[in-house]
Amino acid sequence: MKRLVILGAGTGGTIMANQLKKELDDKKWGITIVDGRKQHYYQPGFLFIPFDQYKPEDVVKPIQQFIPEGVDFVNISVDKINAAQHQVVLANGNTLLYDILIIATGSEIAPDETEGMQGEEWGKSVFTFYDFEGAIALRDKLKNWQGGKLVVHITEMPIKCPVAPLEFAFLADSFFKDKGMRDKVEITYVTPLSGAFTKPKTTETLNYLLKEKNIHIETDFAIESVDNDNKQILDYGGKSVPFDLLVTVPTNKGSQVIENSGLGDELNFVPTDKATLQSKVHPDIFVLGDATNVPTSKAGSVVHFEAEILTENILAYIKGQKLEEEFDGHANCFIETGGGKALLIDFNYDHEPVTGTFPIAGIGPLRLLKESRFNHYGKLAFKWVYWNMLLKARPIPFVKARMSIAGKDYN
Amino acid sequence: MDKIISGKNISLTDEGFLKDFAQWDKDIADALAAENQIVLTPRHWEVLTYIQNEFKNDVPLSIRKIGKSGIVDIKEFYQLFPVAPLKTATKIAGIPKPVSCI
Repeated sequence: MKRLVILGAGTGGTIMANQLKKELDDKKWGITIVDGRKQHYYQPGFLFIPFDQYKPEDVVKPIQQFIPEGVDFVNISVDKINAAQHQVVLANGNTLLYDILIIATGSEIAPDETEGMQGEEWGKSVFTFYDFEGAIALRDKLKNWQGGKLVVHITEMPIKCPVAPLEFAFLADSFFKDKGMRDKVEITYVTPLSGAFTKPKTTETLNYLLKEKNIHIETDFAIESVDNDNKQILDYGGKSVPFDLLVTVPTNKGSQVIENSGLGDELNFVPTDKATLQSKVHPDIFVLGDATNVPTSKAGSVVHFEAEILTENILAYIKGQKLEEEFDGHANCFIETGGGKALLIDFNYDHEPVTGTFPIAGIGPLRLLKESRFNHYGKLAFKWVYWNMLLKARPIPFVKARMSIAGKDYN
Repeated sequence: MDKIISGKNISLTDEGFLKDFAQWDKDIADALAAENQIVLTPRHWEVLTYIQNEFKNDVPLSIRKIGKSGIVDIKEFYQLFPVAPLKTATKIAGIPKPVSCI
């Protein structure tokens, strides 16, 4: 009996467990999935909690609920991987041997990477919505906040869901308008990038929306520290931005397990072949989702597309065949723009987001890179799709792993 | 677009990055630095050489990586290339704009 071990029962690990359970011959292969947590979070929902649009209970379910029958679930944290011995060491000292290892340990926030971020003002005027507890704390803060300078801030790239801080700024604009206090709030969006987004056409659209919503943007800002005494953020170049309420996205890092195992880069992301998703160092290790260093967005849609291709590749690897299926970096992201509207962007390693129709060329019903109500309903409907189809690896109609260029307006 | 830099015809991207590293030389670096109000010192050259070597080895560049390089810390990197240092330094070094930002 051979053993396939999956580390992490988040989005990527759970989808892989469900797909491989269907594909692998259970007389030859046993599947084990390891995760020390008890809960599975619908992470895209964290964005809506501060504005009280989602309740905390909407975004959390028991982790075990999505692990298929016949897959061994080990509910213990991982200490490290001994890649040379093909072995995983658990926090309780037990070990698991593997013939194939899938790393799906994700990324997490590391506010301690920035001087002063977790200082006196942390939880008072400095918040993040990038984890469950942070999103709830921010909701409680916003309930009674009287207004002032709201600064929405990205510490450094890459981050999980790179459009989420922009969405936060847009939703904040709507939120304060609805409360009749928009005139009391000055919103500034502070980014280490040179524009609102990394891709030119999307940046153009987003800059227009920022202007329309009277949100100031401060670009090329590389934070050095949070000055708790004077309530401002300082950058290495000597710039400063004052705040009454700072909503920051701290540095994102791969799991501590990766660091313990000596398998990561300087941010604990695993060097991964961007087309096959195989580790660049160990052929019996595959990586997906936020844990990789591949140059595409860290997002749920990406891990969903990766899972389909990784499944084909693992089957090929088992048969001793060449890994031919190629991941193209496909990402598909809704961007909430406030007022019950959203944008949708669809892109990959080679093609930036442009206007067009999705998922059916020429028909839609969704519109790319244009605000619409229908896109917003798409985003809300996705929560149901996530819990009921995506995690269980049920195919989502019309949406393909490889990006289609049909229906898109490239010049 | 093409542009005459230190007497040579150089192909640049819309953002002013060299399209072909083969066209780069030290005079071009000096000229690009001057456009960014920088006079290159031996310290600058240590950083530029490091950046070029990392690029040749296919290592993705980021400000954090340069801060941990042992060549400069982030503070000094900003003193050497005050505005958007990673972008400015890669431009002067003649290599493509870093894709560390997804």
